[in-house]
Amino acid sequence: MTNDEIREEIIDILEDIAPDEDLGDLDDEKSFRDQLELDSMDFLDIVMELRKRHRVQVPEEDYPQLASMASTVAYLEPKMRDIVKN
Amino acid sequence: MYDTIIIGAGMSGLAAGIRLAHFDQRVCILERHYTIGGLNSFYRMNGRDYDVGLHAMTNFSRKGTKTGPLPKLLRQLRLRWDDFQLAEQLGSEIRFPGVSLQFGNDAELLRSEIAEHFPDQVDGYDRVVGRLLDYDDLDGDNPDFLRSSREVLAECISEPLLVEMLLCPLMWYGNARQNDMDFGQFCIMFRACYLEGFARPFKGVRLILKNLVRKFRGLGGELKLRSGVSRIHVEDGHATGVVLDDGTELEGRRILSSAGAIETLRLCDDITEAEVAKAGQLSFIESISILDKQPQQLGFDRTILFYNDSERFHWQRPETGLCDVRTGVVCSPNNYAYAPDEGSLPDGIIRITTLADHDRWCALSDKAYRAEKVVQQDAAIESAIRFMPDFRRHVIDADVFTPKTIRRFTWHDNGAVYGAPEKQLDGTTHVDNLYLCGTDQGFVGIVGAIVSGISMANRYCLRPME
Repeated sequence: MTNDEIREEIIDILEDIAPDEDLGDLDDEKSFRDQLELDSMDFLDIVMELRKRHRVQVPEEDYPQLASMASTVAYLEPKMRDIVKN
Repeated sequence: MYDTIIIGAGMSGLAAGIRLAHFDQRVCILERHYTIGGLNSFYRMNGRDYDVGLHAMTNFSRKGTKTGPLPKLLRQLRLRWDDFQLAEQLGSEIRFPGVSLQFGNDAELLRSEIAEHFPDQVDGYDRVVGRLLDYDDLDGDNPDFLRSSREVLAECISEPLLVEMLLCPLMWYGNARQNDMDFGQFCIMFRACYLEGFARPFKGVRLILKNLVRKFRGLGGELKLRSGVSRIHVEDGHATGVVLDDGTELEGRRILSSAGAIETLRLCDDITEAEVAKAGQLSFIESISILDKQPQQLGFDRTILFYNDSERFHWQRPETGLCDVRTGVVCSPNNYAYAPDEGSLPDGIIRITTLADHDRWCALSDKAYRAEKVVQQDAAIESAIRFMPDFRRHVIDADVFTPKTIRRFTWHDNGAVYGAPEKQLDGTTHVDNLYLCGTDQGFVGIVGAIVSGISMANRYCLRPME
């Protein structure tokens, strides 16, 4: 997956977690927590959705890497670049 | 072999089931009754729909709100705000002799009512609000959680009548302990009722339940009704599965039970004696009157009315007799701001809830039981109409549900509506893969029960991730 495709996947997961949310104006540099009021339960869900959909494992000590869209994509790039987008 | 077996298809069990099935677990929910919902359920009689439990969904927040329990549970269950189709209350009220306080979904209303009726207590009320624990602190670790609410309130408010009035709705809507309330539980209920408020779907609790079941089944979850668990099989402190009433054996890696703390322990076949003395004592009757008019046409526009006929609020099992009618809750499901395309409910409905003694109701013969339902309904209405318009000549149908009914729907000892007074906030038991959710884990009310199911599923059944 390219970085753009990874970003799309994350948007898809966020849409699933927060279906009432308008993600069109999401600022990639700002934290999810501040823009979407995501809490620790929601972050756990992002991690579990990644595992469910792509078998990507995110160990607990790496959760802080998922703070914003930009940091999430950068973190996932090495883990997801060999996954073929379907 | 199931990944998780869930006991009870109430709000907490269904919510937990959705979480686990969503993350690809093989899950089975087992329900003893022939219908879903537990304490919050519904039935049909004489061509009319009746609700058990739900007067109102507490913790209301408007569409688009991102914080608080309701948005949180919607996200966790992958539901949309519109799935619950919540209509807001018209307004609720606490009535004691000589003084009333209105409250609604705007927290400012209650504060202004206190400013008007108890002007020298507003600062004290603000201090109470300032001392409330956040939802995030409510895992039971906070030392204030188990403090006496009466004690904390007395430190802030010097007028005892206001303390009683503030406690009355909160105890009615979520206190398993007699006479006093754990401060943590008080905080949960205070936010739920006074700061967030009430709402209801036009179709009542069945809409919420049906959406939860549809979601659960859509994810591949199994739901078995008329499938009571008679035994949890335990070997060396580890549960291996359950045995149903009909002898069927099911194996599970872990078990999540909403049957109640004592009720669950009693099912474990390694326990010979559960401590029945710790069961909850508070049960209700509810008298439902169907009217030939909308309650508003009779001059009653309150959504929920909490009344008490003396300056002291008595929250305890009746000392004598089947019921204690000194205090009660009147709910009219008509008095919500339903959307124009929904219109109004077909019948006027007045529901009156009264404290009742489970054991005395259960000791009655069938004949006496039927007769007492009528006698006690009359007594409850007679007490309530001291605080609302007399609607008796408009009654066209009626039903009463009693502690026996509540026991049938919940299987709680004593028909205890809010379960046992001692909550197991961490949800663990003496068995290493058996966990509690629902009423006896801690949060009560519909939103509380759903949050309980979600959090116990997350904490014990989803991680560590196998």
